[in-house]
Amino acid sequence: MPAGVVTASYIVASILFILSLGGLSHQESARRGNVYGIIGMAIAIIATISSDRVSGLGLIIAMMAIGATVGFIVAARVQMTAMPQLVAMLHSFVGLAAVLVGFANYVDPGVQYEGAEETIHEVEIYLGVFIGAITFTGSVIAFGKLQAVIKSAPLILPARHWLNLAGLLVCVWLGAEFLDAESTGGGLIPLIIMTLIAFAFGVHMVMAIGGADMPVVISMLNSYSGWAAAATGFMLSNDLLIVTGALVGSSGAILSYIMCRAMNRRFLAVIMGGFGTEGGTAAAAAGDTGEVTAVSAEETAELLQGAKEVIIVPGYGMAVAHAQHAVSELTQKLRSAGVKVRYGIHPVAGRMPGHMNVLLAEAKVPYDIVLEMDEINEDFPNTDVAMVIGANDIVNPSAQEDPNSPIAGMPVLEVWKAGTAIVLKRSMATGYAGVDNPLFYRENTRMLFGDAKDSIEAVVKALD
Amino acid sequence: MRIGVPKEVHAEERRVATTPDVVTQLQDLGFSVAVEAGAGEAAKFSDDAYREAGAEIVSDVRELWAQSDIVLKVRPPELHPELGEPETGLLREGGTLISFIWPAQNPELMDALVARRATVLAMDSIPRISRAQKMDALSSMANIAGYRAVVEAAHHFGRFFTGQITAAGKVPPAKVLIIGAGVAGLAAIGAAGSMGAIVRAFDTRPEVKEQVESMGAEFLELEYEEEGSGAGGYAKEMSQAFIDAEMALFREQARDVDIIITTALIPGKPAPRLISADMVESMRHGSVVVDLAAEQGGNCELTEPGQVVVKHGVTLIGHTDLPSRLPTQSSQLYATNLRHLLTDLTAEKDGNIVVDMEDEAIRGATVIKEGEVTWPPPPPKISMTPPKPKPAPAAAEAPPIEVKKPSAWFTMGFMAVGIIALLAMGSVAPPAFMSHFIVFVLAIFVGYQVIWSVTPALHTPLISVTNAISGIIIIGAILQIGAPSGIVVFLAAVSVLIATVNVAGGFLVTQRMLKMFRK
Repeated sequence: MPAGVVTASYIVASILFILSLGGLSHQESARRGNVYGIIGMAIAIIATISSDRVSGLGLIIAMMAIGATVGFIVAARVQMTAMPQLVAMLHSFVGLAAVLVGFANYVDPGVQYEGAEETIHEVEIYLGVFIGAITFTGSVIAFGKLQAVIKSAPLILPARHWLNLAGLLVCVWLGAEFLDAESTGGGLIPLIIMTLIAFAFGVHMVMAIGGADMPVVISMLNSYSGWAAAATGFMLSNDLLIVTGALVGSSGAILSYIMCRAMNRRFLAVIMGGFGTEGGTAAAAAGDTGEVTAVSAEETAELLQGAKEVIIVPGYGMAVAHAQHAVSELTQKLRSAGVKVRYGIHPVAGRMPGHMNVLLAEAKVPYDIVLEMDEINEDFPNTDVAMVIGANDIVNPSAQEDPNSPIAGMPVLEVWKAGTAIVLKRSMATGYAGVDNPLFYRENTRMLFGDAKDSIEAVVKALD
Repeated sequence: MRIGVPKEVHAEERRVATTPDVVTQLQDLGFSVAVEAGAGEAAKFSDDAYREAGAEIVSDVRELWAQSDIVLKVRPPELHPELGEPETGLLREGGTLISFIWPAQNPELMDALVARRATVLAMDSIPRISRAQKMDALSSMANIAGYRAVVEAAHHFGRFFTGQITAAGKVPPAKVLIIGAGVAGLAAIGAAGSMGAIVRAFDTRPEVKEQVESMGAEFLELEYEEEGSGAGGYAKEMSQAFIDAEMALFREQARDVDIIITTALIPGKPAPRLISADMVESMRHGSVVVDLAAEQGGNCELTEPGQVVVKHGVTLIGHTDLPSRLPTQSSQLYATNLRHLLTDLTAEKDGNIVVDMEDEAIRGATVIKEGEVTWPPPPPKISMTPPKPKPAPAAAEAPPIEVKKPSAWFTMGFMAVGIIALLAMGSVAPPAFMSHFIVFVLAIFVGYQVIWSVTPALHTPLISVTNAISGIIIIGAILQIGAPSGIVVFLAAVSVLIATVNVAGGFLVTQRMLKMFRK
């Protein structure tokens, strides 16, 4: 295939990728969007394979066959509650691929540049490998934390910021050494050392970030994987990689921004990690404890039956307890009894952006009753019952009322404005932020203790 | 202890202080209950229903009063028309009376009760603290009065409330002004709004604005600044300048609206005069004024308490018995308020009341204890809405504003630095790099535009699809796999493998997720 046709195919692929992301603006067009993405990817790969510059077709096909099989099996088997893990794992692959391609490109004797072009090319390799390496280990750690292989609490090393800074300076110095190296392959040693430091960097960064900040971490790694692809594109002078990498990179960056805004925290503060360790003690001291009113599943059922409008606010607890199907059943029961049921989703509920939406969709909750925080927040005063399932910080009134609270200013779902707020919780433990939740002590709050799934099933039974 | 419930003797009073349902609940608390024959007749509760619930029906009034340790009533005791003697005289020496008392307005009644060495709990003196809401009879009765006020207004108003466009012509909606957005006012707003009228409301307390608007009414505001919240969630008297501004507003509104419902009361004071005779005169013919404060002197100058009169073509409704006009409902709610109070009084559930003066709600209600006047109580400290909640939200809102709006200088400086950096790069970088760079920057902008329109519900599919797309790095690996060096081939082959996992897995799992989203 002549080079012109290959380039034309790349243009088509780029457009299809953009349409693919654009398709996600609404549920109805989303599936078509995904199909665009698949077609775009197919065109790009076929065009590349059939271009004159590529040989070794057999090896490519063999590798792709294995990879595709593995990918399909994993994707077909994964549970929706395990989506964050899967995504983290896939991110790590992109990172690793970027590292490998960078190394391969550097040691490839077929690639020769002169003067300024050589310098720029080597900077591109260096950056691509650096970002790829951070993405790789960062994603691996994120996977471990989400899979609960690694403890999700933040690990705070002493003088961690200095460690990071020192690592960065060494990387810059190694970069200078790398550029100075005369012969091809001579800069390999600095490149390898830098890669190791970047690996450690990735590990250290994600280790310091706690479980509930995972939505930001996932988005950020998503962004990094894009930038790694873009850097690889520069290295190989391939515009398709640049375009796609930039698309993915900006997508992840915007998501990170949205997630940070939803927690009213700065991106840097999240990345620096360690949230919930300093704030915890102060909040505990200021916490105004009172009496909580516990209810039984039967009483909950009665409250729900007597209500006209119900808003359900799910949180990570629902995902942990795998309660989404029970919740869906409850929703159907109530809706068929004429109760208006809607869902209020906080942007950072769960462990990745949109996590709750996917779980509810899996349980066949119609998406038009699943609303965002901004859409539903002002409806709470007209709601009879707000049901909080396994969420804590995202419904904490002290974010609005207590300027000294560690979560002050974080936008929260105002469930306490509903006639009655029912909170399903395993125990009285504080949420991720370690902040006591005055919601539980409100006069119009009822606590339904127990595993979310068991509790909801009991409520459904009591409704009959 | 034995509870006695006599028939109300006040003219046109249809309510009764207990209902068959509540009789059952009172027995659970350990009381025995006696009800005067025919007491619930006007409220549609028959003697048989009471008897079935376990109450004893007593036909002799004197006997009922004399044998009861606790007497539950609605209206304050007055002259019994049939016996020709005051009801206070019927109360057993040292007995307990729970009813509306209005101690400030009825000093003689208080004296008479003190003379009987009675213990008296006044339902009108229950403090307005949130814990006592369940026994707040003023609120439950005001709610009914507000609803009924709209019904009365509709009855006397010769038009629809709702606007209609019919084949026979257009009907404009009625405009209703509600003054005082307390419990009665809010109930009236709800009732008028649900009948289709355009509802406006005014209150001196700015914090009720949110409640008014949540009921779907427009909240009228004055230019003038003065906080109208008094202690205990009630309104207080306002300054002269404020009243002038307020009157100007009402004068303007009177010309425009069809119905005015006034509910303005200040505890322990005569009702404020809000609607003057000339305002009534300026209203359209056929308009209606309902004055819920008629009993306390009326908010409208021309109201005649207890009467419906027409003056200047405007119907002025001064009923003082609005709750009694929905007797079944109001009896039910009032009886429940009483039952909650009795529940708090009998902590042991043994049928013996203990008047615990440490309990803020009971302390407030108790106006006479064993012949000693204990009224007025020390003022309740907690207003329903803290008057100054503002600092907290303001402080909480400040940080995001700071983040969102960097100063214009900062933005411009930032851009300038960016442009200089770009120019500097352009001056040294080879042209091939710069052309890639254009593509890169444009792609970021396209991404920026596209991603913002993605609905948050699809953020997880977005991540997984971008993940699949970032598997495009496979192209880089494919381009290198044909290299002569073995190590390059190996690295590239591994890259192809894992990038394919990404592509295949990412797209498939996205498809799986998107399939689940359904209406």
